[in-house]
Amino acid sequence: MKKKKLASAFLSLSLAAGVLAGCSGSGSSEKSSGDGDTIKIGVNLELSGGVASYGQSIAEGLELATAEINKEGIDGKKIKLIKVDNKSEASEATSGAIKLTSQDQVAAIVGAATSTNSIAQVQIAQDNKVPVISPSGTSPEITFSKDKLNDFVFRTSFIDPFQGTVAANFAAKEIKAKSAAIYIDSSSDYSKGLAAAFKEQFEKNGGKVVAEEAYIAKDTDFRSTLTRLKSAKPDFIFLPGYYEEAGLIVKQARETGLDVPFMGGDGWDSPKLVEIAGAKALNNTFITNHYSSGDPDEKIQNFVSAFKAKYKDKSPDAFNALGYDTGYFLADAIKRAGSADSEKIKEALEKTADLELVTGTFTLDEKHNPIKSATILEFKEGKQVFNTKINP
Amino acid sequence: MELIQQLINGVSLGSIYALIALGYTMVYGIVKLINFAHGDVFMVGSFVGFYSITVLDLSFVPALLISMTVCALFGVLIERIAYKPLRNATRIAALITAIGVSLLIEYGFIYVRGAQPEAYPNDVLPTDKFNIFGVSINSQSILIFGVAVVLMIILQIIVHKSKIGKAMRAVSYDADAAKLMGINVDNTISATFAIGSALAGAAGVIFGIYYIKIEPLMGVLPGLKAFVAAVLGGIGIIPGAMVGGLLLGVIEALVSAAGYSLWRDAVAFVVLILILIFMPQGLFGKNKKEKV
Repeated sequence: MKKKKLASAFLSLSLAAGVLAGCSGSGSSEKSSGDGDTIKIGVNLELSGGVASYGQSIAEGLELATAEINKEGIDGKKIKLIKVDNKSEASEATSGAIKLTSQDQVAAIVGAATSTNSIAQVQIAQDNKVPVISPSGTSPEITFSKDKLNDFVFRTSFIDPFQGTVAANFAAKEIKAKSAAIYIDSSSDYSKGLAAAFKEQFEKNGGKVVAEEAYIAKDTDFRSTLTRLKSAKPDFIFLPGYYEEAGLIVKQARETGLDVPFMGGDGWDSPKLVEIAGAKALNNTFITNHYSSGDPDEKIQNFVSAFKAKYKDKSPDAFNALGYDTGYFLADAIKRAGSADSEKIKEALEKTADLELVTGTFTLDEKHNPIKSATILEFKEGKQVFNTKINP
Repeated sequence: MELIQQLINGVSLGSIYALIALGYTMVYGIVKLINFAHGDVFMVGSFVGFYSITVLDLSFVPALLISMTVCALFGVLIERIAYKPLRNATRIAALITAIGVSLLIEYGFIYVRGAQPEAYPNDVLPTDKFNIFGVSINSQSILIFGVAVVLMIILQIIVHKSKIGKAMRAVSYDADAAKLMGINVDNTISATFAIGSALAGAAGVIFGIYYIKIEPLMGVLPGLKAFVAAVLGGIGIIPGAMVGGLLLGVIEALVSAAGYSLWRDAVAFVVLILILIFMPQGLFGKNKKEKV
């Protein structure tokens, strides 16, 4: 009896699903991704929620690039951005991607800012054959997971192992650290990826990892763990988290009397970090990043002045730069593809080589990761100061 | 040395829990309602304090007082609008309403100002570090503990020495009999909400100063933890909430100190489960049989 009920419930559910699927299918067949003179590009970013600052920065950079590209157009066509807000949540990122591919029928999607939210879109990209470019998702899993290339997924940033490796080399050679502690956000793929690469390279350089601790995003009290870290007496602490917690951790660390250098990745790059930690606590901390607005390179300085002209004298951060580069990365591929067809764009993206962008000249490798340089920045009285640039 | 440092960490965290737990326990003591919106009053208090400091340019004490006043009014408002019409309804109906109010405040707040976090300015209170025998004590943690203790003493005086306190104890003991004695039960209940919410507002400001980052959903976890603290001490018993809060803070600090920082939240709720199984009346409660 029970079985029968279940079966009938299942039947009615699948019927309902069929009806719904039918609806969406017929509704969207009229639209297309390249009607006449516009090319529709979906934007799936963290416009609100925990890491809203990344998403909003990328959107600003992307809008600047789009405005510049649309001055001439791509073969007479203009790019139209269709934005969805994934609220910094993976489930929202997935449903945003579904909406963009099925309802809006976009040619390609830009997003998301974090690795977790980018991974949440991979399956949708693969199923619908729509290229997704993550501007700042640095986890290797985004483009290459389970020994398989996600061939419709691309990225503009470098990957986690690279940031971790650069940080480990910097710690050993510039700071001359013999021992290091690692403090990760255990709820983030990004943080774990950086930490693994850091540990490997740091030990290869002859250093010793004396303590490994973890926290979970949204924690606010780190004093107990920091007290524990302090008693391990490391020369250097690697903290590959996001700015909300990283800021709190650095502040609380300095209060507990833990004065050693801290280093993080591009997840620290937000003006909020300085507000949360305070300029003084951030002295003697470093980050690896995609670019620096203080880099004297001409291409970078042109971008900085164009950005300042559009956004009331605001100095562009790395996410602004990555958003901007993603716009050009995509535009270059659309131009070479000669069409707004998703699959042709994907093929053109794969062939990207020696493309000169703000965050470095890059060529895509076989895992869809750009090969390019990383910049190391130091915080001095709350300002990011260009320290050095490291080539791959 | 490390242990003493950890105990200090725990007491600072625990005094925030204790302040929030007081509101839970007072409201439960008087209307037998777990006011789940209490954690959100704490959040509102934190934001009121933030805007008082940044926009109105006030210093710590006035900001604390403004936040406590606004929260007291807000608490009364919640009680009058949401709970008073349900005074004679089943307890489950009131409980569900409390959860609804909590969600309404959280998402209403996000709708109005957005979900992005805000950072308290770093210079509200001096941040000197004292080193005593290798233990570093932050002047803020002493101030926070001090403010919490002062507020708790004031609360004890109100409850035990003032007329409204006497009325509260009477209503808590037997609301109907209190009414017969000429006590205005509605006003007494409102006063309880006002005092409880004011304490949550104070906790919000202290939290902001100590932990810097505030956001609209910040009240959820501390609210639940404070609930655990209230149950731990014996719900409805005011000294129980204070001890429960401090104890929970210390337990959490020690769990992290032992290297299990990821288990910290889980341990807090394991404490809740253990207390409910073995000592449902809490540490300070008397085991009284319910009449059937």
